[in-house]
Amino acid sequence: MRGYNFAYLDEQTKRMIRRAILKAVAVPGYQVPFGSREMPLPFGWGTGGIQVTASIIGADDVLKVIDQGADDTTNAVSIRRFFALTTGVRTTEETAEASIIQTRHRIPEKPLTADQILVYQVPIPEPLRWLEARETETRKMHALAEYGVMHVKLYEDIATHGRIATSYNYPVLVNERHVMAPSPIPKFDNPKMDHMPALQLFGAGREKRIYAVPPYTDVKSLDFEDYPFEKQTWEHACALCGSRDSYLDEVVTDDRGGRMFVCSDTDYCAERRDAGHVGTGAPVTYGADAAE
Amino acid sequence: MSEHPQTLLTVTGLTRHFGRVVGCEDVGFDLWPGEVLGVVGESGSGKTTLLNCLSGILEPTAGTVSYTDRTGQVQDLYAISEPRRRFLMRTDWGMVHQNPRDGVRMRVSAGANIGERLMAVGARRYGDIRAEAGAWMERVEMDLDRMDDMPRTFSGGMLQRLQIARNLVSKPRLVFMDEPTGGLDVSVQARLLDLLRRLVTDLGLAAVVVTHDLAVVRLLAHRLAVMRRGRVVETGLTDQVLDDPQHPYTQLLVSSVLQT
Repeated sequence: MRGYNFAYLDEQTKRMIRRAILKAVAVPGYQVPFGSREMPLPFGWGTGGIQVTASIIGADDVLKVIDQGADDTTNAVSIRRFFALTTGVRTTEETAEASIIQTRHRIPEKPLTADQILVYQVPIPEPLRWLEARETETRKMHALAEYGVMHVKLYEDIATHGRIATSYNYPVLVNERHVMAPSPIPKFDNPKMDHMPALQLFGAGREKRIYAVPPYTDVKSLDFEDYPFEKQTWEHACALCGSRDSYLDEVVTDDRGGRMFVCSDTDYCAERRDAGHVGTGAPVTYGADAAE
Repeated sequence: MSEHPQTLLTVTGLTRHFGRVVGCEDVGFDLWPGEVLGVVGESGSGKTTLLNCLSGILEPTAGTVSYTDRTGQVQDLYAISEPRRRFLMRTDWGMVHQNPRDGVRMRVSAGANIGERLMAVGARRYGDIRAEAGAWMERVEMDLDRMDDMPRTFSGGMLQRLQIARNLVSKPRLVFMDEPTGGLDVSVQARLLDLLRRLVTDLGLAAVVVTHDLAVVRLLAHRLAVMRRGRVVETGLTDQVLDDPQHPYTQLLVSSVLQT
C-alpha cells in the first residue's frame, strides 16, 4: 500500500517493540514496558496484538487472525484485512498453514508447532491488579515473588462458590517464577500453554506492556492441593462436528429455550466436518415450555 | 553485636527527620521476648513515626533497629535486603493499625483475610487454611458464621478483632500496635483490651503499643516510654511512671487524665 511503511509501523518503532519482545522472551512471564503507539483502531480492539504482529511479520509469513475462536468475526476480519493491505502477506483461516496467529480469547484446538508464533491481545496484563491498585507495589511484588494474594483470590472463589469459579484469564505461574495473566482465554486453554512448542507473545496496547512465554516453558495454573485446577467440560458434543474435546459455544436458536453447542474454533470444526465427522445437528432444548 | 544476646529488639539512636521537622530524635531501648512496651505522649510527639521506623515501614534518618530472629541471629533491620525485611514483617511481626481498614483487606471475606499470611508463606491446602482461620476467629471471639462475610459488614470492634487475628495467624513474636482501641466505645474497648492481654500472655508475644490513652498502657504494658517533641523524656515500669512521674511533662500528662 502506497504511503505507508510495510506493516504500518515505522522501522524505529518496530525495532523498539522487537527489543521489548526479546527482553520478554528472555524473562518468561515478566511484563516489559514499551512505547505503545496510536493505531488506526481504538484501544481494546487489539492494538497491543497488532503492534506485536506488525513488528515480527515478514513478507513470507502467513497470517491467521481469530476472535473468540472464529476467523469470521468483525475484529478478526478487519485485523486480517489490515495486514493484507499494509503488508501484502498471504492470510489463511487454517491453523496448520499459518506462521503467525493473532488471537483474542482462544488458543486453536489444533496443537501448534515450533515454527508458529501465537500473538495474544491483552486487555489487562497485571494479574495482581485486582488486589493492588499501585503499579509501584505490584512491580515490587513481582520482583520479590510475593504471590500469596493470588491464592487469596482462589480461596475467595471456593468460599463463595464451593469451587474455583474463575473461568477465564485464569492466573498461571510461568517458568516457576512469574505469575502471569494469560489474557481472557478460557481456562480450558490453560493446559495448552504448558510446554507449547510455539512461541507465545502477549501485547497490551493501552497498558503498554509486552510479555512472552518461550517455547517449551513451564506454565502452571495456580490451585490448591485439595481443589486442583480443572478445565471446563460439557455434557454435549459439538452439534456440527460431534467433537467431544473442543471448547463449545452455546448458541441460542429460538425463544423457547432451544440452543446449540458448537465448537468455538471454526477452523477446527470445519476441518472435522470435511473429514466426515457429523454431529446431531439438532438444537438441545431446556425448560418447561420446550417439552411440546 | 552480641552485647544483649537475648533481646528481641535493640534500638539505638533512632532518629527521623522530615526536612527541618523532627519526627523522633535519638530514641533507644531494648525489648525482651514477651515484654510489652507502651509508648505514650500527646498528638504530634512522634509516637507513630517511631512505630513506623521500628516496624520497617519508614526508613530512619539515623540509628539502628536490630532484631533477633527465631534462629538467634541478630538482623539489622535496615541493613538486610528488602525481601528479607518484608518476609520478617509478614511472618515474625504483626502490625495492628488504629483504623482496621488500613490493615484488613476490605474486598475479601474474613476467612481469606485471616488465611492470607498462611498462603503468603506457601499454605496450599484449602481445608487446612480454613480450619486455621476458623480456630483464630474463635480465639478472638468472633462468630464462626461470619467467616465468609465481607469486612464491610462488620462493626468497628469486630474489624479490630479481625485485624488482630489476621496478624497473629502467622504466630508472630513481635506485634506493633498503633492505638489498638482508638475509635471504639468504652465497653468494646474493655473487651478488646481483655482479649489483647490474654493473647499476649498466652502466646508470649512481645509488643510495642503506641497510644495516648493511659488506661490502655496501664492494662497492657509492662514498661512505659513517655515521648515529647520526638524525644523519650521518661522510661520505667508502667505503674512506677504513672504513679510517681518524675519528668514535669509526665506529671502534666498523668494529671490531665480525668479521675473517675
